Amino acid sequence: MLQYVIRRTLMLLYVLLGVSLTIFLLMRLIPGDPALVMLGERATAEGIADARRSLGLEQPLAVQYLIYVKHILTGNLGRSLHTHTRVAEELWARFPATIELSLAAICLAGGVGVLAGIMSATRHYSLLDTGFMMLSLAGVSMPIFWLGLVLIWTFALLLGWFPPSGRLDVRIVLDPLTGFYILDSLLTRHWQAFWNALWHLTLPAVTLATVPLAIIARMTRSSLLEVLHQEYILTARSKGLHEWRVVTRHAIRNALIPILTIGGLQFGMLLGGAILTETIFSWPGLGRLLYNAVLSRDYPLVQGGTLLIAATFAVINLAVDLLYMLVNPKIRYE
Amino acid sequence: MSRAALCQDRPLSPGGDFLQRLLKHPGGVAGGVVTLGFLSIALLAPWVSPDDPLAQDLSRRLQGPSRRHLLGTDDFGRDLLSRVIYGARISLSVGFISIGIAVGTGLLLGLTAGVYTTGRWGRWIDQAIMRTSDILLAFPAVLLAIAIVSAFGPGLRNAMLAIAIIYVPRFIRIVRASVLVEKEQTYIEAGRALGVSPRRLLWCHLLPNVISPVIVQATLGLAEAIIEAAALSFLGLGATPPTPEWGAMLAEGRSYLRLAPWVTFFPGLAIFLTVVSFNLLGDGLRDTLDPRLRR
Repeated sequence: MLQYVIRRTLMLLYVLLGVSLTIFLLMRLIPGDPALVMLGERATAEGIADARRSLGLEQPLAVQYLIYVKHILTGNLGRSLHTHTRVAEELWARFPATIELSLAAICLAGGVGVLAGIMSATRHYSLLDTGFMMLSLAGVSMPIFWLGLVLIWTFALLLGWFPPSGRLDVRIVLDPLTGFYILDSLLTRHWQAFWNALWHLTLPAVTLATVPLAIIARMTRSSLLEVLHQEYILTARSKGLHEWRVVTRHAIRNALIPILTIGGLQFGMLLGGAILTETIFSWPGLGRLLYNAVLSRDYPLVQGGTLLIAATFAVINLAVDLLYMLVNPKIRYE
Repeated sequence: MSRAALCQDRPLSPGGDFLQRLLKHPGGVAGGVVTLGFLSIALLAPWVSPDDPLAQDLSRRLQGPSRRHLLGTDDFGRDLLSRVIYGARISLSVGFISIGIAVGTGLLLGLTAGVYTTGRWGRWIDQAIMRTSDILLAFPAVLLAIAIVSAFGPGLRNAMLAIAIIYVPRFIRIVRASVLVEKEQTYIEAGRALGVSPRRLLWCHLLPNVISPVIVQATLGLAEAIIEAAALSFLGLGATPPTPEWGAMLAEGRSYLRLAPWVTFFPGLAIFLTVVSFNLLGDGLRDTLDPRLRR
């Protein structure tokens, strides 16, 4: 087991190095002097000379990459071309908003998806099963940027039930202890802020949850159907157990293993989807920051944002793998 | 020598009843019919489109659906139906070209990685291909596409290239895994024993047996590629105005969501229906080509 953990952690280090190398090479592919690219067109000759020295541009490409890795390890991701603040600070300030949104989406997708999958599998080939599976097909095929706009039009502009954008009403003041507004409002017992943050979170979370929800529902259904046909389930049924108990106590435990893997991978994928969702709902997270940075060609910010999201994705995948090991005895005792 | 000439004595299709089996799959048939419908519309756009998709008429801007303009007009008074029809051309082309590049590259690299797994160089080639794939798969797809387009510059051509790059590793993995299974089969051993050349074994015997999962993944990948391309255009990194591309049209309509929701609604619906049809077709193909994967 320990060997497996060590192997997976080493793999994470390899992936992180690979990710940083890819981003480094992509940024070197941008036409023009990399120092000018990192400082913007208004850079002075002196500034460019400094940057060339700092980035090691006179050195071979391999040395430049090592300098880049050293900068990452010391938290030096450069400065934004537009705000001139440190990239690491900008990213850190936006990170909780993205994680809060992604967590809300994965909880929604996991909860509703697993429930829908169980209902489908236990009523196999019924009208309900067909309906759920058609909905899940629609969910998998949904362009979330369109769904987000349709939800804004329906629930914000037409019915006025939810706000179309933002994280919190401007009139509400909340002490940002952690940056996670739901958590901050709970910690400070600011109930008005709590409900308001939840109210703002609903539409973006539903939008972001749609695709993973559909995938989890499909996966739960197929995984549960497979388990329900096994002999130990027949034994449980023949003991006279209620069907609900057979499903919740015996079947779902084994069916959960692949669901957990898919769910975990979907959580990582949400970070990519967050770029679109945050742009549509003006959600002040990493995705929107990255989008604005790409449009304004703020390369240090693009580089840092891409690195942070990809690294988070890799860490989440590692966590899922380790969790998979914990719930799957086949791997644990290998 | 072409593959047809090399494999003259062997039928190209491993099973003649494939179409018959596909026709018995209701979802696959529905998906196939709608896909064919969209393909026909895309091909016949100049003849079926009621107006010029770029012709502006400011006196008719942001008009709702009517008999004159079935889907309404946009901010420049352009007919939305014509733009959605022409949009099918662009979105489907982007999907087919990017997935085509991904399949071609994935097949070549996947076959190479799968075939050459022994010997010092073989192992090195296999490891180099697979570890590079691992790194590309370590990025969320949209993020990698955005990073590539931001480095190469916005535009439809670079968006297609970015989408192709993000899909190549998936095809490499599928092809390599299939090759590793197939090359241990008795028919390959028999071919070797009969003195069939390695090239002939690869192109005439191995390739037809690894192509099924590739076809399935390509169909499902097409659906995703159409969404990715539309997403890039929506973010302003793919097609640019006035190109009638579905994602770009959605982005244009966003500013008039309150006033004219149809400008946003119809291009999005077109993306959704196309993707549903490709997904249905992909599921049908998967069930037909590989019943073991059926769920």
